[in-house]
Amino acid sequence: MSPETCVAACAVAAPFWYVAVRKVKKNVESKAVPLLAVTSAFSFVVMMFNLPVPGGTTAHAVGMGIAAIVLGVWPAILAVSIALFIQALFFGDGGLTSFGANSLNMAVLGCLVAYGVYRLVAAKAPLDSPRRVLAAALGGYVGINAAALLAAVEFGIQPLLFRDASGAPLYAPYPLEVAVPAMAFAHLTIAGAAEAIVTGGIVAYLQRANPSLLLATSGLAGRDEATATSWWSTRWLWAGLGGLMILSPLGLVAAGIAWGEWGAGDFADPAVRDQISQASGNVAPPAQVPTGLEQLSSIWTAPIPDYAPAFMHDERFGYIVSAVIGSGLILLLVVAVSWIVGRFGRSTTSAA
Amino acid sequence: MGEQSFIAHRSHSKGLIGRLSHGLAHAVQHIVDAEDFASRDGLLQRLDPRVKLAAVLALVIVAVASRSLLVLAALLVVTTALASLSGLPVARLFRPVWLGVLAFTGLIALPALLLVPGDVLIRVPGLGWPVTLQGLRSAAFLVARSEMSTTLGLLLVLTTRWAHVLKALRSFGVPMIIVAILGMTYRYVLLLLELAHQMFEARRSRHVGILAPRDGRRIATATAGVLLLRSLEMSGDIHLAMVARGYRGEPRTLDDFAFCRRDWQALVVMIAIAAIALVVGLWSALP
Repeated sequence: MSPETCVAACAVAAPFWYVAVRKVKKNVESKAVPLLAVTSAFSFVVMMFNLPVPGGTTAHAVGMGIAAIVLGVWPAILAVSIALFIQALFFGDGGLTSFGANSLNMAVLGCLVAYGVYRLVAAKAPLDSPRRVLAAALGGYVGINAAALLAAVEFGIQPLLFRDASGAPLYAPYPLEVAVPAMAFAHLTIAGAAEAIVTGGIVAYLQRANPSLLLATSGLAGRDEATATSWWSTRWLWAGLGGLMILSPLGLVAAGIAWGEWGAGDFADPAVRDQISQASGNVAPPAQVPTGLEQLSSIWTAPIPDYAPAFMHDERFGYIVSAVIGSGLILLLVVAVSWIVGRFGRSTTSAA
Repeated sequence: MGEQSFIAHRSHSKGLIGRLSHGLAHAVQHIVDAEDFASRDGLLQRLDPRVKLAAVLALVIVAVASRSLLVLAALLVVTTALASLSGLPVARLFRPVWLGVLAFTGLIALPALLLVPGDVLIRVPGLGWPVTLQGLRSAAFLVARSEMSTTLGLLLVLTTRWAHVLKALRSFGVPMIIVAILGMTYRYVLLLLELAHQMFEARRSRHVGILAPRDGRRIATATAGVLLLRSLEMSGDIHLAMVARGYRGEPRTLDDFAFCRRDWQALVVMIAIAAIALVVGLWSALP
């Protein structure tokens, strides 16, 4: 993935982390540090369990569903993010640069969706009912597939946004129509099954061993800390995110110059030079046009139709708009589910 | 834990429990090795952790931004040289990770050879599918960048004790609470890995014959369930222990990093390497 995508993913995940830290601190006060540390460690260890899935292969789960069910959404987001960070840095799994995107996909979106589905399907079922096991498995399954879809969209827009002079994609090379089905196939089958097994299996075990752990997020408890305040108290987060989605296609147009895609003429124009140095972290561009670029500039535009500006902008714009609409729909769904569940939960607890 | 993908290699020799147990033991070994190498005396071990962290971050950014394969290759050579100058057995520590990344990223990158449109280099014998120059380049970029960022991360944790990495993160403005959680998580990762390993070993030593996949799943999820229960219990106990020792919700650490002459020199050299690589990588669009 390109550095721009990594930064953008971190920027979107950051407010979730911030809200999560604040909520966790408020809810459990000084217990927050040990609780998050140990549950992050648990999340890390569970990521190492390779399970046989029906069909003959094995796969490991992320554990976002079970984390969200036992801990609540916000602590789960932090725990899974921390586990991903240690895995990226310590074991070289997933890579340092994709940490932001991984967290956004799996920790933030995965936990939210898994939790929403679990609450919706489990509804008011008793703690020991098989319906809860099914709801948990389904939550894990849908959660990881939502995460995979977002990841596929992030991959899929790379070749549209970033190409080098020869037209070769600089980062992930597959367009959306390849990335989305490929990720969907792997996750609808193998990875989804592993997540469903882990989430459902652990809930089934907890029903036998210690059902009280399922109470906090079941919607049956008097104090429903995970959802009672989730919608209203985080309204700024959702509003900001909505604003960001609306602005992101505009930003693409308004940015003016794509970093690294400078023409030979751009180096002479003082206004464009300013833009380049701004985009390059205030490193001033050289006074002379790089000779290689000058030589290339004559053969650049003509043979590659992608570089005809109107066409390029249209294609990019279309993809960005659809990507934004897609992720917007997912988020809207999550918000709607959490709102319905939260409202449902509150009305019954106040009646009880 | 060289495995990069969620699809594991199939192994028929040990059975599910044996493989799980082996994987966990391997992860524990990796962590113990890292601490061991980090506390030895070597070129990078002697440097201030903040210099190393800054250099690694700068080089990761340079590697990702680079548009030249030659620059990426040169950076990989520099990184490997630094590793061997720091007394790390490069072959043993890095090869599994390199091969793992190659297997996983390579698998993702392979179809790009055929799918990316462009100038045809050769055709696959027999099938006639075209391999394009652009496809080859994007696949090479994908693999080289992942190798580079993985190697740099590994170089940092193999030459710096985790506690020092965290302290360095702290001086880069990462909030105290996050640093404290990361430090404790590391400690309990080791503990939980060992706990899970012992549970699987105990199960394995009482088990004869071939385990049906269904039973394997049940055992693994039940073990995960036990781990979860133990974790939550443990977090309560740890909290009480912390409070008993004076914890009031605000973690504190001892700050004792001292920048010396060698650190400044290293910092200048690293910035120079990163800057040269960045400039060359961006302005030599073709390798």
